[in-house]
Amino acid sequence: MSRIEQRFAELREQNRAALIPYVTAGDPEPGATVPLMHALVEAGADLIELGVPFSDPMADGPVIQKACERALRFGTGLRDVLAMVAEFRKTDTTTPVVLMGYLNPVERMGYETFAQTAKAAGLDGLLTVDLPPEESEDVVGLLEQAGIDPIFLIAPTTSEARIDHVARAARGFVYYVSLKGVTGSQTLDTSALAARLEGLRRHTGLPLGVGFGIRDAETAGRVAQVADAVVVGSAIVRLAEEHDGDADGFARAAAAVVSEMRHAMDAARSPGAAATV
Amino acid sequence: MNKIDWAAFPDARGHFGPYGGRFVSETLMGALDELQAVYEQYMQDPDFLAELDHDLKQFVGRPNPLYHAERMSRELGGAQVYLKREDLNHTGAHKVNNTIGQALLAKRLGKKRIIAETGAGQHGVATATVAARLGLECVVYMGEEDTRRQTQNVYRMRLLGAEVVAVKSGTRTLKDALNEAMRDWVTNVDDTFYIIGTVAGPHPYPAMVRDFQAVIGREAREQHLAMTGRLPDTLVACVGGGSNAIGLFHAFLGDESVAMIGVEAGGDGVETGRHSAPLCAGQPGVLHGNRTYLMEDENGQIIGTHSVSAGLDYPGVGPEHAWLKDIGRVNYVSVTDDQALAGFHRMTRTEGIIPALETSHAIAHVLDLAPQMRPDQSIIINLSGRGDKDLNTVAEREGITL
Repeated sequence: MSRIEQRFAELREQNRAALIPYVTAGDPEPGATVPLMHALVEAGADLIELGVPFSDPMADGPVIQKACERALRFGTGLRDVLAMVAEFRKTDTTTPVVLMGYLNPVERMGYETFAQTAKAAGLDGLLTVDLPPEESEDVVGLLEQAGIDPIFLIAPTTSEARIDHVARAARGFVYYVSLKGVTGSQTLDTSALAARLEGLRRHTGLPLGVGFGIRDAETAGRVAQVADAVVVGSAIVRLAEEHDGDADGFARAAAAVVSEMRHAMDAARSPGAAATV
Repeated sequence: MNKIDWAAFPDARGHFGPYGGRFVSETLMGALDELQAVYEQYMQDPDFLAELDHDLKQFVGRPNPLYHAERMSRELGGAQVYLKREDLNHTGAHKVNNTIGQALLAKRLGKKRIIAETGAGQHGVATATVAARLGLECVVYMGEEDTRRQTQNVYRMRLLGAEVVAVKSGTRTLKDALNEAMRDWVTNVDDTFYIIGTVAGPHPYPAMVRDFQAVIGREAREQHLAMTGRLPDTLVACVGGGSNAIGLFHAFLGDESVAMIGVEAGGDGVETGRHSAPLCAGQPGVLHGNRTYLMEDENGQIIGTHSVSAGLDYPGVGPEHAWLKDIGRVNYVSVTDDQALAGFHRMTRTEGIIPALETSHAIAHVLDLAPQMRPDQSIIINLSGRGDKDLNTVAEREGITL
């Protein structure tokens, strides 16, 4: 059983939803990332999504664009990010780590080299936002041999026919993009979300994570009532901008947000909680 | 080479060999499927094709001439030089061939809002023009750096009713404008049609833009045959994203005797690293929805490009060019900023035609190539755009304030 499967199995038993914070690796500086990952786990994260900085983050809003720019000041590349994963694994062997980014850095490194290096580092999953299943055959085979789950997105615009296609290619969990737009966008309609997730469960038995537009603990709590995982990115990454140059301050603020969301999510799943969706 | 069925490319999923494809976020996959279906349907629809032909004739001014540049040919003392006069199109460049076609598709899809990216501003102007004509809302994304280089085109777009958004992220040039247009599209995909200006982006854009631009080569082939009784020996066009080059080349791909040369922007010289020549000095990667040659560093980050011409200042290139390079059908070379400026002046003074700085790259290559050929041979240059928009840039380089 992979670390991701193991983690979702444990959470299901406890009737909890997974909390998945996203941080951009190397933001605000390379040395900050591994301590930050540990701090997020300490504060209640179940799985870490680590962003690979890219020069042209087309699917991201301004908050994560700026995070990429801050990380790229130090030239943080994919090899550096995998080294951070390896460092994290030295003291945490149970929290799954998923890389999220764009295909070109992986393509440049070479799929085979990436799969081997990532396996050695203890990586669990890879989500490349600009790689739909149709183009992913080569890389998915190599990832599976290395025991790394390819994570795919489903969007509000994904047709019924495509949902099956995506669900067949996906491993680990399915990431549902909760709204049309880039990361960090404004609104999230949780009642429409509930209906959509119900529909998705007819196509896949994999856990369903929801991301894009989850800005605060209250929203995280509402999403946790219907989803198996809540992904929070811009709401955390924006704190790096506020604490630019102060890595410890950023880590403390990020941990506080994660902790607040953790409580809201667990409370929303507790037997006495009223359904708010 | 003669075994290639050129009409079979791209394949059903948009691949030209290993290049092309559809590398976008899931949110856009449905819109691209819809676009592909509509495009394939209407390219077989006699009413649509008749409307397109009518607009190209009555609004754009096609067919434009294939002009024999006799004085320049004589001075160079070699091949006869012919110019395909895309600069004479309405809006002053080849870009309008494509925006006319895509806008007609947008209308049939019932979209109320059009977005576009632009570098030099020619595609932005051509998009704003067709949007004005069809009464559609239009937003054009342009790198902040380019809005400074091309103030006249910015004003032109605003006069036409378009909103011009100066993009301040990344290198603030064409690639960042494209990123921002993609972000807009992913947010407003239900009511918005994205008119991409070149033969790049996710499938079906490279094939669709090529098909709308292929009118250039169809006309040029017929005109050259009518004027000389034979096919040209060599075609030369500048390559940024590569839409004017594909437009000229496409109808000739099956003519084995016709050589083709794509001219990239060498900037300060390819050896300096300050250039925009991914086919000459880059390597394959994935950006903006397709696999193609890119300028990137060892970590796969896209690197800053340089060219005197904003329209060529782009780190990628259309995937069909990447494939044509690999199979050896087209030869890709580069010329520097200084060489392009020399080409600009030579054309202006010899033939009374002020070319765009993009086009000047193709001219510069012909200044070297024509003298090596015989007077009974011929070259067609795609004179892809006129140079009015570049007068400030040229004057500034030469220390003149207008």
